[in-house]
Amino acid sequence: MSRPFKLPDLGEGIHEGEIIAVIVSVGDQVTEGDPILEVETDKAAVEIPSPFTGTVEAIMVKPGDLVEVGDVLLTFGNGEPVEKDTAEKQSAQVKDEASVPSIDRSKEPVPASPATRRLARELGIDLHQVPPSGPEGLVTVADVRSFVEKGKKPKEVPEPAEQIPKAASAPGIAAPPLPDFTKWGPVEEIPVRSIRRATAKKMALAWSQIPHVTTQDVVDITKLEEFRSKHKGGIEAKGGKLTLTVFALKAAASALKAYPNFNSTLDMAAGRIIIKHYFHLGVAVDTDNGLVVSVIREVDRKSITELAIELNDLVQRTRARKTTLDEMQGSTFTITNIGAAGGGHFSPIINYPEVAILGMGSARLQPVVMKTKEKDQSVVPRLIMPLTLAIDHRALDGADATRFLRLIIDALEDPDELLMTMV
Amino acid sequence: MVMGELVQETEVLVIGGGPGGYSAAFRAADLGLDVTLVDPGDRPGGACLFRGCIPSKTFLYLSELIHDASRAKSMGITFEKPKIDLDQLRTWKEKVIDNLSAGLMTLSDRRDIQMVKGRAEFETSSSVRIHDSDVRHIKFRHAILSTGSYPTPFPGIDLKKGGRVMNSTGALELADIPQSLLILGGGYVGLELGSVYAALGSRVHLVERGDRLLPGVDADLVKPLFKRLEDIFESIELNTTISALKEDESRVTVEYEGEKKKTQQVFDRVLIAIGRKPKVEGLGLENTKLKMDSHGFVAVDEQQRTGDERIFAVGDVVGGVMLAHKALREGKVAAEVIAGEPSAFDVRAIPAVVYTDPQIAWCGLTEEQARKQNRSVSVQRFPWKFSGRAMTMDATEGLTKMIVDPGSGRILGIGITGRDTEGLISEGVLAIEMAALAQDVALSIHPHPTLSETEGEAAEIFLGTATHILSKKKS
Repeated sequence: MSRPFKLPDLGEGIHEGEIIAVIVSVGDQVTEGDPILEVETDKAAVEIPSPFTGTVEAIMVKPGDLVEVGDVLLTFGNGEPVEKDTAEKQSAQVKDEASVPSIDRSKEPVPASPATRRLARELGIDLHQVPPSGPEGLVTVADVRSFVEKGKKPKEVPEPAEQIPKAASAPGIAAPPLPDFTKWGPVEEIPVRSIRRATAKKMALAWSQIPHVTTQDVVDITKLEEFRSKHKGGIEAKGGKLTLTVFALKAAASALKAYPNFNSTLDMAAGRIIIKHYFHLGVAVDTDNGLVVSVIREVDRKSITELAIELNDLVQRTRARKTTLDEMQGSTFTITNIGAAGGGHFSPIINYPEVAILGMGSARLQPVVMKTKEKDQSVVPRLIMPLTLAIDHRALDGADATRFLRLIIDALEDPDELLMTMV
Repeated sequence: MVMGELVQETEVLVIGGGPGGYSAAFRAADLGLDVTLVDPGDRPGGACLFRGCIPSKTFLYLSELIHDASRAKSMGITFEKPKIDLDQLRTWKEKVIDNLSAGLMTLSDRRDIQMVKGRAEFETSSSVRIHDSDVRHIKFRHAILSTGSYPTPFPGIDLKKGGRVMNSTGALELADIPQSLLILGGGYVGLELGSVYAALGSRVHLVERGDRLLPGVDADLVKPLFKRLEDIFESIELNTTISALKEDESRVTVEYEGEKKKTQQVFDRVLIAIGRKPKVEGLGLENTKLKMDSHGFVAVDEQQRTGDERIFAVGDVVGGVMLAHKALREGKVAAEVIAGEPSAFDVRAIPAVVYTDPQIAWCGLTEEQARKQNRSVSVQRFPWKFSGRAMTMDATEGLTKMIVDPGSGRILGIGITGRDTEGLISEGVLAIEMAALAQDVALSIHPHPTLSETEGEAAEIFLGTATHILSKKKS
């Protein structure tokens, strides 16, 4: 008996991947749990374990193929009966949905308990839309939640994919077809896949949805750099790397606590701002395959030392494509540091669905006017780092952005200040 | 500190400390908002606590007691005619009110609510002037208007303090037990207060303009009460209007219209109980963007918002069902909406109770409403003569009625007449809010012997499974 193995759901928003490697061959005996394929998704390379014990009968894919969740990858024969046949479950689900009769409940108030009605209000759901599972059309809390879940999955996936060409241009104007460039000279084609493709989708979405306002400033990190030099040896000994980003993480977390609206998501559809009471900061990491954002959780609860160690480890593993899916998700605010490449001010794009992003540039020695007492001024060389804060102006305002950035600047300019105010 | 032009600022200003006001104030404070409560009195409580619900129910309990004492004779216990000590009655009532208002005051203080004694008047949509207070102005982010209502006056009659013509406030002061008392109005206020005075010894005459008592309540629920009131009142006259009242030192002369055209009668006292009007005058509402509806109440939406985005309104002042518990819930909704929660008054069943003996309570759809809407319903009636518990109390003049959707079996309304229905109606409210089916109530065990069993059995009549009564054949 031939049993198909389909690409399982890999997590939120991930509906496809590229086959990197096929670990088994036709005829191999496989035990449940053995890795059989390696798939590269937008965020990470994932090993797929075998769901059954059995013999590999046929392999439908080869390295380089693009597969979607639900595609048959392999078939197995002569094994133990399957515990959960995803195919059957899926078809049963479809049957259930089809057999729910559509009642014209648009005029009557929907039978639902007060708690159910309150939940629907909180989630912005019209109860008339929810298929009821209770007797005589009663809509339960479970019905509302599953309606919301179902509404998420199919929507999240196809729409951004379709919107790439449209979102990239001004609303209402479709991008015109491209010319044939070979008429001007030789060209080379590279397929847009994996991280590049994910980045294209993400940036187009963020750019089209978010009215960005960018505020730029500089921070005098002379003192901070002294502090860093003093302590970096000790941190290296512990396996960490004390970079400016580490200090920025801490300063940002403190600023986010003072301005919780910067640590939020704007839900225009439901008309609300979701403020997160957790502080997971994304760090943009430049890898050989492109730009990814890895996430450090609970920045507010970790010391500078812990962050230095964790960030170093995370960045290394990110570059080696050895991070877990979890480590690539869940950020509430992002920091992007292009200083290593030598940049100055730039206008970063917000990591949707966050509402703000902090950009750091390369620090340079520059002449700075410093006031000594009694109005004396002198020009001294100081180490100046460019900082940029981009905000979603739907959710946040310029004045707050300036104040937020100021908090970060004050903390980075004076390590004492950082110590006194950091969370 | 200069006493005089004190201007305070507050996040939420609640105007009126009755059930709508204090529940809004308490909820807002619990949600972390800064709250100021303005009321002409010293303590929160409003008309409900000081001049309405609480004193009337205090006396109604005693009326029931007096009635029970006298009917115990046929059951083997004979009490003598009770001695009524009016001073003690009044003292007891004041004590009840005092205990409750002190409790509210403590709750308010513990929540750090600023209490301001005075009368508020809107100057703009963001500030009020306070009369009779050291605090002259209060600026607010949001205001919740909960000024309540007052007894509708008889046209042309100004009530004198301590006069013989009184409204419910005067009646509850219990100045004396008039030999003869005329009550104008067959609504719940007239019937309740009439019952109190009848129990205390007055000869009560009731006059109602319409063709029945308690208009809006299903006739089959009113019938047992009507029979009882006919016994304890001297007369009940329907379809009767009073054209004039004349008060002098020792009596009130009343002129009739209607069936007794232009006759005259004299009474020791007259109680005007013809309704309540919203308190909207003298509040400076014209200085805000608030709108009134066609009946003179403040117009609000489901979130208690008025036409002015800073101002909310709750309770009797917005009309609808003018009952304290509606105000209590609306107050919470307003506070929650101000605090940013997606709250709304989406209630499906507001109960009502008439505290006469027998009591009447109902919630949800009435038979009369179903008829008007042309909606087909199935009505199950369980007469209390079949209730074991009612029999043990000799209170069998009761009825439990359940109105059910014939197709789905969903409970649409409940109406109950009898002793202690106030304690029974909440099951009906919960059933309707939960969108329960008659089956759900029928399959829930009700203890035996209780009056609540009558609700379970009414549900069982619908299913055809009732025990202590024969179900009709399901059609």
